[in-house]
Amino acid sequence: MSTLSRDEVARVAALARIDLTPTELDRLAGELDVIVQSVARVSEIATADVPATSHPLPLFNVFRADVPVAPLDRDEVLAQAPASQDGKFLVPQILEEDA
Amino acid sequence: MSADLTRLTAADLAAALTSGDVSSVEATTAHLDRIAAVDGPVHAFLHVAADEALATARAVDASRAAGQTLHPLAGVPIAVKDIVVTRGLPTTAGSRILEGWLPPYDATLVARIKAAGLPILGKTNMDEFAMGSSTEHSGYGNTHNPWDLERIPGGSGGGSAAAVAAYEAPLAIGTDTGGSIRQPAAVTGTVGVKPTYGSVSRYGLIALASSLDQAGPVTRTVLDAALLHALIAGHDPLDSTSLPDEVPDFVAAARRGATGDLSGVRIGVVRELQGDGYQSGVLARFTESLDLLREAGADIVEVSCPHFEHALAAYYLILPAEASSNLAKFDGMRFGLRVEPTSGPVTAERVMGATRGAGFGDEVKRRIILGTYALSAGYYDAYYGSAQKVRTLIQRDFTAAFTQVDVLVSPTTPTTAFRLGEKLDDPLAMYLNDVATIPVNLAGVPGMSLPAGLSDDGLPVGFQVIAPARADDRLYRVGAALEALLEQRWEGPLLSRAPELEEAR
Repeated sequence: MSTLSRDEVARVAALARIDLTPTELDRLAGELDVIVQSVARVSEIATADVPATSHPLPLFNVFRADVPVAPLDRDEVLAQAPASQDGKFLVPQILEEDA
Repeated sequence: MSADLTRLTAADLAAALTSGDVSSVEATTAHLDRIAAVDGPVHAFLHVAADEALATARAVDASRAAGQTLHPLAGVPIAVKDIVVTRGLPTTAGSRILEGWLPPYDATLVARIKAAGLPILGKTNMDEFAMGSSTEHSGYGNTHNPWDLERIPGGSGGGSAAAVAAYEAPLAIGTDTGGSIRQPAAVTGTVGVKPTYGSVSRYGLIALASSLDQAGPVTRTVLDAALLHALIAGHDPLDSTSLPDEVPDFVAAARRGATGDLSGVRIGVVRELQGDGYQSGVLARFTESLDLLREAGADIVEVSCPHFEHALAAYYLILPAEASSNLAKFDGMRFGLRVEPTSGPVTAERVMGATRGAGFGDEVKRRIILGTYALSAGYYDAYYGSAQKVRTLIQRDFTAAFTQVDVLVSPTTPTTAFRLGEKLDDPLAMYLNDVATIPVNLAGVPGMSLPAGLSDDGLPVGFQVIAPARADDRLYRVGAALEALLEQRWEGPLLSRAPELEEAR
């Protein structure tokens, strides 16, 4: 089983959109490597003939009647947003090209 | 009178309210006074909602005076874990990323609590997003164990457990993903129940791991847990995993159990949940409880669940994987913290990275990165896929065990409450606290922890009862029987042996 290097932790943290300081990266790399080594043994007992379970109890599609219900109060929702304008969420530039 | 009201069980307080001996305003005020007097050093609450609680209490008293029919628990105050959203009351899940957030809606279980007229005293402390076993991962400082303020109250729901143990609330709501209701109950000498997955709606719980999360009661007695579970259980169209079944009569089961007769009940002791790593005092109290159950007429046999030893490893792949997905919503766009990068372009993606880097604590970062790794290309089959297969094997262990016995039992935790700081720098040692509670979540079955006595160090020991899915009533029958037999021996509840907390004046 592979070990988890500092570079690998940096790559995964970027995928998870979490900025880490160099100090955090050093510490997390060491801790996560120990944790991964410990949990990796699941692959030793999970043989091909065992089916996977994603859910504790069997689930089936659940539908409700197609009846409109009241949505959340827009102003109450927007009052909790970091920024809003004209009854909408105000967010930073979402595309990378020059503004 | 005021001091006495906080010592009553919820059932006794409810009776006093129904008979008119006590008003809800008196009961609520007594608990708010107790919070003011002891919560400085205990720090069970992140937010106290005195005005709102008293308004509810006044309304209940007025309805009762007008002769209206009320819910049996109407007017009994309750504390709610801060991972459960409460409209208009700050909800943070113990995270700085949600500091000051006022949810625009109520969780279904909160709507039920409000409809039944229970004053909500406030929101209780917890490990950030329920990731932890000690509350030391709270973004707002840890809670202290009322038995010894230098020790952990358990986690993640240490605030709810400490609140009921310190008589700050007769009832509290917890959530349990790998033991977050039962482990705090064990180390604080209180009662906690993780219901069958789907028994209580998850709508409005800030999700940690959606296939494992379940809300349940945190109380001082088994009967109180049954009363609270009955209030919050039942089908909810807003949660697609909510069970449509009829809810079993938990309260009747608890009352039946309290007679102390368990004739014909088959109890299985899980061989793999004892022995190495379990404190001798924990095992001694466990064995004594088994003797009492045997005297009550139960048949006790040993049962093997050979795959439980792999539960912890599977859990620490499944939980981080689900959490990494669930917590992606904390992106700094719609609610909570937004932090802009200190240099470079201010794009949504870079704002998200900066916000999460600043707003999440160490344990949350660890688990999100672990989960992202376990789900990433090239590792998915070896890690997440294998963990899901282990989950099947653990479910099969339970299924086989329940063909032989009605309930399974074990110590709730391997040790009593450890000292604050003792395991903070060793994540794996912290994870081991939940070794006996995690298999229950992986299989979706219900589990209860109740006090079994004090270990050699004078700290509470928890006794865990596990039932098949949808048979939560068995927990209440067996739990109430053991509680009654133990309290006969102790000549009172275990909590009466806890040291008195110093009250601030």
